[in-house]
Amino acid sequence: MGHRLSGIALAVFLPLHFLALALSLEAVRFEAFLRWTDVPVVKLAEAGLVFALAVHFLGGLRILFVENFEWRSNQLRVATAAGGVAAMVGFAFLLRVL
Amino acid sequence: MPRDTGDTLEVSIWRGGQDGAYQSYSVPSRDSQTVLDVVTYVQRYIDPTLTYRFACRVGMCGSCAMTVNGRPRWTCRTHVSKVSKGGNLKIAPLSNLPVIKDLAADMRPFFEKWQEAKGVFEPTKTRHDPVEAIRPNEPARVAADEGIECINCGVCYAGCDTVRWNADYLGPAALNRAWTLMNDRRDSGQSQRLAAISTDGGCHACHSHQSCQEFCPQSLNPTGSIAQLKRLATKAYLRGEIGS
Amino acid sequence: MNVRLYVWQRGTAALMAPLVLIHLAVMFYATRQGLTAADILGRTRGSIAWALFYGTFVAASAIHAGIGVRGILVEWAPIRPRAAELTAIVFGLLLCALGIRAVYAVVSG
Repeated sequence: MGHRLSGIALAVFLPLHFLALALSLEAVRFEAFLRWTDVPVVKLAEAGLVFALAVHFLGGLRILFVENFEWRSNQLRVATAAGGVAAMVGFAFLLRVL
Repeated sequence: MPRDTGDTLEVSIWRGGQDGAYQSYSVPSRDSQTVLDVVTYVQRYIDPTLTYRFACRVGMCGSCAMTVNGRPRWTCRTHVSKVSKGGNLKIAPLSNLPVIKDLAADMRPFFEKWQEAKGVFEPTKTRHDPVEAIRPNEPARVAADEGIECINCGVCYAGCDTVRWNADYLGPAALNRAWTLMNDRRDSGQSQRLAAISTDGGCHACHSHQSCQEFCPQSLNPTGSIAQLKRLATKAYLRGEIGS
Repeated sequence: MNVRLYVWQRGTAALMAPLVLIHLAVMFYATRQGLTAADILGRTRGSIAWALFYGTFVAASAIHAGIGVRGILVEWAPIRPRAAELTAIVFGLLLCALGIRAVYAVVSG
């Protein structure tokens, strides 16, 4: 479920991410966009996206392991640990940008 | 009969069809009481119109599965003391299946998908041929062994998220069965079976949530069987042996 | 999901696993060094390596997200499978087009 929700978050974010990057061709609008991203709320959202990316990455690794290797017990503990690692990555990013 | 403990269980049981409702009953608590014992008590002493299904009472036939406090279980081998929450029990028919009446779910979709997954042995020999010798330590035989104790109770099917979300999904039991047959070299239906489990509702739809593995009363690992089917079918697809 | 979609979805997932790690590392590096947008663009502009890296990433993510969205729509949205399929294809193509435009923007000029 976490894997799916983080996937949806990334799918919604990616088009916006690409649009923002394409703005770098237009200096004036890009500057305005960069000023907008300086707000703490936006930074919090960015950290949330890093968190979503980490969750989706680790959840994806779990699926690839379950499907392709003989490794099928203790899943709940691994999933919890993966969530914890993802949270730490997201939090570390938040500390960086704030 | 085991002795009464003197306590009372508050049991709410699903009554009616798909649009039914829960109804409450008070049942005397007893030592070593199973959930099936509770349901039987209600039918014998409180309301003889209660409908439910059971046969062997010893965990072999797979007919008594119900939803107990939100989780699918085989009721004949489930002790009340292990699952009741403060003397409360909530018993419903299996999820992901139509309700016939009360605690009896319609098992037809479950068995139809068993057929769709080609869960039927296709013999290569007749009764006039000698019996094929299969050593117990052959890898394929060992792999099949891990999945053949399925009793068709439907617990995995009722507990599966993918079944709930995707009406076409064949489900853990049917796919587990298909995997055991893929390891039977006396079977002649391998390529049709592989094609059948590689469609939209086949093994690749599984999300590996592992609820089936968690809930299986026989401690089988359908997720593991499905994962191996995924690999087998993927290899066959990449070699061009099956279409999509 | 049938076997064809499965191969593409898990294939792009395996491909992107190292790419995601590098992308995360780049983000942390850029924020740690306090690089400005101009600094970053100065490094990416004219770089074939960055163009290849993010070009691959964009293509893989468009395929991966397209198939993922299809699955979510089929399972969670009250629409017909055919409609879910079309929506997912449109989404994947849109993602691919926007992504290529974004890569072009940061590596060209």
